Amino acid sequence: MTTEKTTEPFWWGLFSAGGVVAAFLVPVHIILVGFALPLGWITDTGALYRNWWVKLYLFVLIVLPLYHWAHRFYFTLNDMGLKPISKTLAVLCYGGAIIGTALTAWILLKI
Amino acid sequence: MTGTRPDPSKLYQRKMPATWWLQKQSYFLFMLRELSSVFIALFLLVYLYQIYQLTQGPEAYVAFTRRLSSPGWIFFNLIALLFAVYHSVTWFQSTAVVLPLRLGERLVPRQIVTALHIGAWIVVSLGVLILFLALKG
Repeated sequence: MTTEKTTEPFWWGLFSAGGVVAAFLVPVHIILVGFALPLGWITDTGALYRNWWVKLYLFVLIVLPLYHWAHRFYFTLNDMGLKPISKTLAVLCYGGAIIGTALTAWILLKI
Repeated sequence: MTGTRPDPSKLYQRKMPATWWLQKQSYFLFMLRELSSVFIALFLLVYLYQIYQLTQGPEAYVAFTRRLSSPGWIFFNLIALLFAVYHSVTWFQSTAVVLPLRLGERLVPRQIVTALHIGAWIVVSLGVLILFLALKG
């Protein structure tokens, strides 16, 4: 047995935080963004997104579940027989979440 | 933070067909739970794109919210909502196992811990809804 050091606890921490955020917050946002606004139950001009507390909240809401996705999807693809290319999958999944983080920060700073 | 793991080349690896998750209902439900993260992430990217429309002005933002009323988008959001709710319920169920709650000497039954989480989830959701209605323009 070797004692190779891994960064897994770090990614697991982000996975877990993302799981909590997704569980408590995502369903109500799907109802708002996916149904209430498009179907005209409520109207909005988007002015609230210029509030810095709202931006901070949105950063947490969007970014953490991306790491949750990266961790779950990486292990799911491994379990589905793609273990031989697991290094590539890790780069695509966690790299995708990192790109998503940068993109979210950029958009929230721009509006 | 760092951890340790055994050398993978020294571990026994059982050959599994790629369709192993279709062989048992519990495996299939496990796969659905894993897949929920894909739909949650897709929804959040659509939401991010909707917020991005604000850089083009409030009209572009309002126009995009209307575009989401097409049957295809409603269907997508319905599927996303079902997966998101499935994630919430399974997450609260596993939290009750991972973080058992004690009251003095006695262990609170898992079902109660899950129910408490679901109650908190409803309160948080109503809070988000009220804040959105209070802050929206």
